[in-house]
Amino acid sequence: MAQPLDYLKETASQTAGPYVHIGLIPKQAGFDIFENNFTNIMASENTRGEKIIIEGRVIDGTGTPLRDALLEIWQANSDGRYNHELDRQKTGDIDKEFRGWGRTGTDFDTSVYRFETIKPGAVSGRNNRDMAPHVNFWIVARGINIGLNTRMYFADEIDANANDPVLNLIEQEERRKTLIASRDDTGLVPIYRFDIVLQGESETVFFDI
Amino acid sequence: MEFYQRDRTLQPAGYAPIYKTSVARSPRQSLLSLQGSLSETTGPVFGQNELGPLDHDLIRNYAMDGDPIGERIIVHGRVLDENNRPVPHTLVEFWQANAGGRYRHKKDTYLAPIDPNFGGCGRALTDENGYYFFRTIKPGPYPWRNYVNSWRPAHIHFSVFGSGFAQRLITQMYFEGDPLIKECPIVHVIPDEHAINRLIAPIDLNGSVPLDTLAYKFDIVLRGRRSTLFENRLEGN
Repeated sequence: MAQPLDYLKETASQTAGPYVHIGLIPKQAGFDIFENNFTNIMASENTRGEKIIIEGRVIDGTGTPLRDALLEIWQANSDGRYNHELDRQKTGDIDKEFRGWGRTGTDFDTSVYRFETIKPGAVSGRNNRDMAPHVNFWIVARGINIGLNTRMYFADEIDANANDPVLNLIEQEERRKTLIASRDDTGLVPIYRFDIVLQGESETVFFDI
Repeated sequence: MEFYQRDRTLQPAGYAPIYKTSVARSPRQSLLSLQGSLSETTGPVFGQNELGPLDHDLIRNYAMDGDPIGERIIVHGRVLDENNRPVPHTLVEFWQANAGGRYRHKKDTYLAPIDPNFGGCGRALTDENGYYFFRTIKPGPYPWRNYVNSWRPAHIHFSVFGSGFAQRLITQMYFEGDPLIKECPIVHVIPDEHAINRLIAPIDLNGSVPLDTLAYKFDIVLRGRRSTLFENRLEGN
């Protein structure tokens, strides 16, 4: 017998369930309890960068949008810096007005989710290869046993997307499109539309990160 | 520093037909394995100043004209990583049904009554040793539509961040001795018996307040970070 390896094991995930709103976004559950709520409004008027809206739906294998999904996003600021001590990139500064994280639920009536944020800059990836601007998504809901991770890229970043090391890992070119949000410039603030398809023909690429 | 690869043999699969709702909500394609970059190794940071003084006291944080009905309990424990190191200053959020098994949620229609003095949610930051605690009442079991006679064991939902987005975890804590645990499809989507047992909090008489409140102890383990031995920095340095 060899010596035992004494690593602990990660706690098992369980579904967030239908009432996830109580714990994470109680106002959507129908009551007000915390003084300070975590929301989908990620940018203040002093946040640097281009203000954008990200919205979309989360769609199941029958084509039905989920009305009870919870989404969180995590992103770099407009300089491509994450607001975190491990980001030691030499370029760009932390923006004190931008944590880079937001949380929301899909709407009980419209099934649409929405974040108000800024467009991130490119981030240095592995081996110092730039990653195209992107937003990291984490999706949980009733029926989702372990949170799903994906990324949203920007349709107007054609060259950066073509060189992105993560998009290029996706063997089927057709599937890369599932991570690219379209841009709508008809309103005051540009809207990026990003539907997440859990299953089926246009299934979103999810990552084991 | 990137994280150890997630051990998927201890985690539920997305597609788990015993939990019927998972069938239409689970990807059919394989997850694409991604080595960690800054996008996965970093994550949001929260401060104590963002929490209210009663956020970790579910007996008081929604009390209108008295205490909620139910068994008074303390839940406490540590958030650790797979290297057995504490995860300090990380946000832990929790939510639950009331003592009758009813959630304060506009979509919950179970016939057990709402408790006017119980909201059912709270949050805490771990201290420098990864320790957290909160006070609440013990939630009740409740029926749900999986099979016609499916009942959830009493449980408290937990959401934990860690220090990187790849550590993000949602789970549920069960109570030692609950006979409904072995019947529950949601529990049994976990393919490993030991991993299930790690979700069951033992009663902790030492942690209890005599003549006042019982305690349950619940430790949570997040993924560990890999040391970068014999390796140039992989990320933008």
